[in-house]
Amino acid sequence: MQNKITVEALNAWFGAKHVLKNINLCFQENRITAIIGPSGCGKSTFIRCLNRMHEVVPHAKISGTVLVDGRDIYENGTDPVDIRRCIGMVFQKPNPFPTMSIYDNVAAGLKLNGVKDKRILDKAVEESLKKAALWDEVKNDLNKSGVSLSGGQQQRLCIARALAVEPRIILFDEPCSALDPISTSKIEDLMIDLKEKYTLVIVTHNMQQAARVSDFTAFFLMGEMIEFGDTKQIFKNPKEKSTEDYITGRFG
Amino acid sequence: MDSSKFSFSRIGRSKLSGDLIFEVVVGFFALGIIVLAFLLFRELFVGSSLSRDTFGTGFLATSTWDPVNEVFGALPFIFGTLVSSFLALIIAVPFSIGIAVYLSELAPEKLKYPLSFTIELLAAVPSVIIGLWGIFILAPFIRDYLAPPLSTYLGFLPLFQGPMYGLSMLTGGVILAIMIIPITSSISREVIMTVPTHQREAALALGATGWETTRIAVLPYARSGIFGAVILGFGRAIGETMAVTMVIGNSPRISESLFSPSYTMASVIANEFVEATSNLYISSLVEIGLLLLLISVIINIIARVLVWRLLKVEGGGRV
Repeated sequence: MQNKITVEALNAWFGAKHVLKNINLCFQENRITAIIGPSGCGKSTFIRCLNRMHEVVPHAKISGTVLVDGRDIYENGTDPVDIRRCIGMVFQKPNPFPTMSIYDNVAAGLKLNGVKDKRILDKAVEESLKKAALWDEVKNDLNKSGVSLSGGQQQRLCIARALAVEPRIILFDEPCSALDPISTSKIEDLMIDLKEKYTLVIVTHNMQQAARVSDFTAFFLMGEMIEFGDTKQIFKNPKEKSTEDYITGRFG
Repeated sequence: MDSSKFSFSRIGRSKLSGDLIFEVVVGFFALGIIVLAFLLFRELFVGSSLSRDTFGTGFLATSTWDPVNEVFGALPFIFGTLVSSFLALIIAVPFSIGIAVYLSELAPEKLKYPLSFTIELLAAVPSVIIGLWGIFILAPFIRDYLAPPLSTYLGFLPLFQGPMYGLSMLTGGVILAIMIIPITSSISREVIMTVPTHQREAALALGATGWETTRIAVLPYARSGIFGAVILGFGRAIGETMAVTMVIGNSPRISESLFSPSYTMASVIANEFVEATSNLYISSLVEIGLLLLLISVIINIIARVLVWRLLKVEGGGRV
């Protein structure tokens, strides 16, 4: 199995606050890697470093390398816009564009890339919604507003929107924290389906979720990566004391 | 237990003595405003009765304004007010949205505060000063540098035909535009700042550039509030008196050309009230005042509702 993303000596700051300290981590292709840890441990910041979203926050700084297929996304002269077009992201709060229809939400990324052909757009919208397991629920309402859907449907709409531009990697930043258990389980099933074609990274607060969906797990604490390994090993037989304390609920 | 009882009775007593008087006094002030607004409206209504009885609805539709023979029609003033305000909007809206987007999305932190401060300061310049500047600088500038190319290149349009002497509908519109940019841009900026970060990030994560993010995520989200800001600017332009009176030429006629002088509702009241001698003359001016009040109240209500709705929904009910 191949390493899709390799993170080397990654450090990140907000102003003077050092939020990520020397992180080294690899993500395998067609696998789900979960990042767990208590609030404020830097896991969201970390995932936002993988598609250069960290730097959109004022006063944010970063150092180190992130190799995607061997190429450093922080290399001089690399446009973050190009990076983000290849690496999709799904956020904590479902954030469809409220003034756009379901169709236009999914097509938004393609339109940004200059796709105008209606047939190509129709096909991509249908395929993306099918991959996001939303097609059957919305196929007759494609012109309705994206925010007319339930929270879980909105999140799947956001996943469809990310899939439409055909990224190879999708980052999920606590995608289920605003959803009910049924919607959550739909998204989890969806992620397991998606790993056939994509490399997935998920940040989660919910340890059961990490255990259910991921192949590998990294545990973060206070801006450092404490432990990384096979998910089963991390949950059954953690090497570090603090990992064990966290997953058994002693803090966090 | 004793101490809690003691403080409880203190609250009760202070409510009786201080709070009650306070409530009555401030309540009186607040009610006073409503009474005042009502009296204002009533005064205009009663004062215009002679004119309304004499001319009926024809007052709104005829364009003779002849104090000597006592024939009055308000159409040229309604025309002048609406066209100059609309012209002001056409000029001010792109500037205002540009300023608002720059200040909320792009400007470096160090520039943001001084820039918005300066723009809001522009709103504090007395209208007569802007009018003077309009007479001495803007009107000659438009006459010498803006009108000639307009009539050369766009002269086939009736809008840009005829002689241009400086004081004109066009000059009035430009002055009004300058005067409404501060309010339109600062309210648009506030509205844009209520667009949640997650909307911008949704666009950025799809690979949108800064401009694309503004276009697909920020402006559509803020559009009803920006529309409200624009309408609020329109309301201000309609009521503006001094500066526009000084540069619009004050001639009650309806012309297709923006180069010809015009007259607004506010200007005619300001200019002619002192010299209006007959009752019908005065009553006709009062009726123009009533119309002006109605138009601006309606426009302001529409604008406030639009802005308020957006701020309320997006500000989590704080506004």
